Amino acid sequence: MKLLVSVKRVLDANVSIRLKPDLSGVDQSNVKMAINPFDEIAVEEAIRLKESGIAEEIIAVSIGEKKCQETLRTALAMGADRAIHIETDSQLQPLEIAKILKVITLQEKPEIIIMGKQSIDSDNNQTGQMLAALLGWSQGTYASKIDIQQKQVLVTREVDDGLETLSLNLPAVITTDLRLNEPRYVKLPNIMKAKKKPLSTLTAESLGINLTTGIEILKIEEPAKRSAGIIVNDVQELVSKLKNEARDIL
Amino acid sequence: MSVLVIAEHNHQLLNPTTENTINAASQLGEVTVLVAGYNCEKVATATANIEGVTRVLLCEDDRLQHHLAETLADFIITLASDYSHLVATASTFGKNLMPRIAALLDVSQVSDIIQVIDENTFKRSIYAGNAIATVQSLNKIKVVTVRASAFESAESSNQPASIDRLKLNADSELSQFISQQLSTSDRPELTSAAVVVSGGRGIGNKENFSMLEELADQLNGAVGASRAAVDSGYAPNDYQVGQTGKIVAPDLYFAIAISGAIQHLAGMKDSKVIVAINNDEEAPIFGVADYGLVADCLEAVPELIKALEA
Repeated sequence: MKLLVSVKRVLDANVSIRLKPDLSGVDQSNVKMAINPFDEIAVEEAIRLKESGIAEEIIAVSIGEKKCQETLRTALAMGADRAIHIETDSQLQPLEIAKILKVITLQEKPEIIIMGKQSIDSDNNQTGQMLAALLGWSQGTYASKIDIQQKQVLVTREVDDGLETLSLNLPAVITTDLRLNEPRYVKLPNIMKAKKKPLSTLTAESLGINLTTGIEILKIEEPAKRSAGIIVNDVQELVSKLKNEARDIL
Repeated sequence: MSVLVIAEHNHQLLNPTTENTINAASQLGEVTVLVAGYNCEKVATATANIEGVTRVLLCEDDRLQHHLAETLADFIITLASDYSHLVATASTFGKNLMPRIAALLDVSQVSDIIQVIDENTFKRSIYAGNAIATVQSLNKIKVVTVRASAFESAESSNQPASIDRLKLNADSELSQFISQQLSTSDRPELTSAAVVVSGGRGIGNKENFSMLEELADQLNGAVGASRAAVDSGYAPNDYQVGQTGKIVAPDLYFAIAISGAIQHLAGMKDSKVIVAINNDEEAPIFGVADYGLVADCLEAVPELIKALEA
């Protein structure tokens, strides 16, 4: 079985963001970048499927500027077999990303595509579902457990009121939730080995897809700040504050 | 403008967050609500009595028992051409379904809006709530999901909307429902509760977590948790409040033994009043709390329960 994982290069989750003064976006110069944490979980899951003998090959794909190749090298160092970089400097939206991934999927013919449920920068939570729709495939979003059977895959999903298990016909798109696995640390020798693994590059524009997006971002600004509160000395004071100042609640 | 809201329900009851979404949708145009399910006429009747709803479409079919995205999306795209907007709550139901619909219609989606500026323009939070984007949809049909906690709930109406029945004209066999483990609780639903009591890793163990349940019950509130508490097994996954869990904005939020990582703050910082109890006075949660108490939660919480009784 062949697996495709898609990985996005994002600002590291622990970095505080800086907005550009002209409100055009988030300043990404000289900040630590990382693989989107949910995509890292996707790569880990693919590797575990390979280690358990279910998958034979893992292809990692990333779409974006040249530096996405660093993110792909991380996926290769974790254990992906080869990587495809679709280079573009355009700020693509999930629908266009899904269209690109569809082209790659039709070329590579994986049986399962695993990706993060959302990226921690744009917080859209769309690409996996869109890709499944464009391919006419089943979808298993927010997976906390994946169990591959003969012609189906059982996916346990984290849903708002608990857990739900679906059986998806293969091929399928699966998006990962936090508790699917804990990604491994990459060891130094594997980083060295990853440098020799194949990484091919295409330009997004060469794929013959209309990349005009249906979304225009007008501005990106700071959220309203909460004003600082007070520190109370003990529970009695807390209760009296709540009863007096927040009395319509209690 | 005509808006189709996809109702979320369990075939018996309308999910209360759908009422917030209907309110958001009524800022965009005339609202029709689709109730698709199985033996769910009760839900349609309740929906028809919500202010702002002009029409309810009811589709009952046993293939809709489990709200599978593949079947629902194939069905909803056959209705789409009558509407300018397709709208659902940004819950796991709506988040799973709407992008599939958008892609089948070849349009983009605007996810998790927190404000309607005009029929094409919305505000949404990005980077775990550390930035707010104003985005405009250029598509003819706009697919939108709504952050329920950012909108008031719609009022009830004494002039019920008409209910029209539809036949299911789609049948995807791509996926099948196998089983579910639902959390059963008599507490209010987390994303619409007026009071939320959340605990973090500092609670220490699953047994200690029950005192938060006691406090929540005393205030008729819901119980939440940080990611760390869920990962540690103190609370089930559906308790998680944060960037990638549930977004809440209750009147009163208790953050107990939660340090306040930005991913957690993203899920609760729009609460009206925030109370933080933590033994680390440097914890970032105190930076957003209206009332902070530096104390050991194992002592403070029982004391709080007692003091609130009085």
